Amino acid sequence: MKLLVPVKRVIDSNVKARVKPDQTGVDLANVKMAMNPFCEIAVEEAVRLKEKGVATEVVLVSIGPQQAQETIRTGLAMGGDRGILIVSDTDPEPLAVAKLLKAVVDEEKPDLVLMGKQAIDGDNNAVGQMLSALLDWPQATFASKVEISGGKAAVIREVDGGLQTVEVQLPAVITADLRLNEPRYASLPNIMKAKKKEIAMKTVADYGVDVAPRLKVLKVAEPAKRSAGVKLETAADLVGKLKNEAGVI
Amino acid sequence: MAVLVVADNDNAHLRDSTNKTVTAALAVSSDVDVLVMGQGAKAVADAAAKIEGVRKVLLAESADLGHAVAEAQAATVVGLMGGYDAVLVPATAGGKNFAPRVAAKLDVAIISDVLAIVSADTFTRPIYAGNALETVQSSDAKKVLTVRATAFKAAGEGGSASVESASAGADAAKTKFVSEEMVKSDRPELTAAKIVVSGGRAMGSAEEFHKVIEPLADKLGAAVGASRAAVDAGYAPNDYQVGQTGKVVAPELYIAIGISGAIQHLAGMKDSKVIVAINKDADAPIFQVADYGLVADYKNAVPELMDALTAIGK
Ligand SMILES: Cc1cc2nc3c(=O)[nH]c(=O)nc-3n(C[C@H](O)[C@H](O)[C@H](O)COP(=O)(O)OP(=O)(O)OC[C@H]3O[C@@H](n4cnc5c(N)ncnc54)[C@H](O)[C@@H]3O)c2cc1C
Ligand SMILES: Nc1ncnc2c1ncn2[C@@H]1O[C@H](COP(=O)(O)O)[C@@H](O)[C@H]1O
Repeated sequence: MKLLVPVKRVIDSNVKARVKPDQTGVDLANVKMAMNPFCEIAVEEAVRLKEKGVATEVVLVSIGPQQAQETIRTGLAMGGDRGILIVSDTDPEPLAVAKLLKAVVDEEKPDLVLMGKQAIDGDNNAVGQMLSALLDWPQATFASKVEISGGKAAVIREVDGGLQTVEVQLPAVITADLRLNEPRYASLPNIMKAKKKEIAMKTVADYGVDVAPRLKVLKVAEPAKRSAGVKLETAADLVGKLKNEAGVI
Repeated sequence: MAVLVVADNDNAHLRDSTNKTVTAALAVSSDVDVLVMGQGAKAVADAAAKIEGVRKVLLAESADLGHAVAEAQAATVVGLMGGYDAVLVPATAGGKNFAPRVAAKLDVAIISDVLAIVSADTFTRPIYAGNALETVQSSDAKKVLTVRATAFKAAGEGGSASVESASAGADAAKTKFVSEEMVKSDRPELTAAKIVVSGGRAMGSAEEFHKVIEPLADKLGAAVGASRAAVDAGYAPNDYQVGQTGKVVAPELYIAIGISGAIQHLAGMKDSKVIVAINKDADAPIFQVADYGLVADYKNAVPELMDALTAIGK
C-alpha cells in the first residue's frame, strides 16, 4: 500500500507572526520556518503504518519555494521514502493546492492520502476536504485514530460534541488532528540517510492545472491589541472588580 | 442575489451559531434562506423559521445527513447552489468538514472563518493564529464562506418563514458512520456561553480538573474549556479545547486557570470581553491579555474565589 503525504513549509509554531507595516502581508524574512505541525503528525502516522507493515511506500509532496526541500528532508528523515517538490514562488490557495495534489495522485496512484487538518499560516482547514471532493474519494477529517484493514480505514474523528467513528473505503483522504500521535524526532543517522533519498523537482507548469488565485488580498492588518490589565491581591478583590467594575457576574 | 445559510444543528436543536451566521448573511443580501440538514429534524427547521430576517427554510433529511456525513452534506448544498450566489456555514468542526467540499465541487475558493463582511464580495478573516487579519476580495461567481459565529450578533426571533423540503444529496457509498461518543453536559455550550472557565496543564490530572474547574464553572453558570495541554493529557475531553485549532470563544468573561497563554491558546479566546488569569507565574504570557490577574497557586486561589462568590450570593 502506497501513502502520499502532502507537507507544507510554514512559520515555526513558536514564532508570533508580524504584519508588515505596509499591510501587504506577514513578514517572513528571517523568520524561523518548519514543517506544519499537523503535517508532521500525518508523516508520523504514515511512517508508523509502514513500520507496522501496512504500508510499503511513503511519498511526501510539497508545493512551495525551493526551501521546501528542507521540509521534505525533515519528513524523509522521519522515515518517508521519497519526495516531490512542486516549486511555486507564490503560496497557492487551497483550491489550487488541491488541484495540484489531485494531479500528483493521478500520477502516483496512492491508496491513501494522509495529510494535516490545517496549515497554521493560512489556517484554512480546507485542502484535504477539497482534494477528497476533486478525487471523489471518501474523506475522514480531524482524525485522532486510524486503523487500516481489509481495504478500509476505521477513523476516530474529533467532532463538535465529542468523537465520531467512521469507516471509509480506500482510496481515501484522511486529515490528522493533534491527538493522532506524537511525531518523533529524527535521529542523526536517519537525517544523514535522508540526504540520499530522492526528491523529484517539479514546477507548477508541469501539471497544467489552473492555479490562478480567486481571492485578491486587499489588506493584511494587525488585530486590535489588548493591553495588560491589573494584577490583584486577593480573590475577593477579583470578585469585587468583576461585579462592580466589569459588571460580568 | 440570494444567499443560503446552513444551520448548525444536532437533529434536535438549532444552535445559536446559526442565528449569528444569519446576521452575517444579511450583510451580504436581504434574501437569506436557511438550509437544515439532518434526520428527524423538523423541530430544527421550525426553530430556524423563527429567526428574524429569514426568507424561507429548506429541510433536507436522510440517514447520512443525520450523521453529518460530509459527502452527503456537500452534495445537498451543491444541488441547491443554482439558486444562490453565496453559502455561509458556521465555522464549527462540522461546518469546516463539508464547506471546503462544496467550494471544490463548485470550483470556487473557500473563505474560512470570516470575521467581518466588508461587502458582498469582500471579507475579513484571521490568519496566523489570529495574529493577522486578511481582507480578501473574491472574483468567484459563487462564494463559499465559513463564518466565525462569535464575531457576529445573533439575529433575533420573531420571524415566520415557511419550511419547504429539499432533496438530500445521495448517501455516501464509500463512507459509513459507525458510532459516536458525545460528551454529555448540562452546562452551556462552550462557544455560546456568557462565561467560560478553562483549565490548563497545571491541573495535573483529570480528577483535579473535575474538582477545581467544574464547581467554579457551575457556580458561575459557565461552560468549561481547556488548553490543548490539558486535553492531550486526558484531563478534559477533546471538544473542550479552546484555541487556534480548537474552539474559538468570545464570552463576556473568560477565566484561565493554570494556562500559560501560548499563541495558539490566545487565538481562541483573546476576543473575550473580560479576561481573568490565575497563574502562579507572574511572567506567564496570559497576563499580557488579562484584564484582571491573580498571581497565585490555583490550589489556594480557586477555593478563595469560590468563597468570595458565595459571599456575594453566587
Ligand atoms: C499546531 C499546534 C496547535 C495548537 N493548538 C492549540 C489550541 O488550539 N489550544 C491550545 O490551548 N493550545 C494549542 N497548542 C498548544 C500550545 O502551544 C501550548 O502548548 C498549550 O496551550 C499549553 O497549555 P497550558 O497553558 O495548559 O500548559 P503550559 O504552557 O504548561 O502552562 C501551564 C501554566 O500553569 C501554571 N501553573 C502551574 N502550576 C500552577 C499552580 N499550581 N497554580 C497556578 N498556576 C500554575 C504555569 O505557571 C504555566 O503558566 C497548539 C500547538 C501547536 C503546535
Ligand atoms: N503548499 C502545500 N504543499 C503541500 N501540502 C499542503 C500545502 N498547503 C496545504 N497542504 C496540505 O493541506 C493541509 C491543510 O492545509 P490548509 O487547508 O491550507 O489549512 C496541510 O496540513 C497539508 O497537508
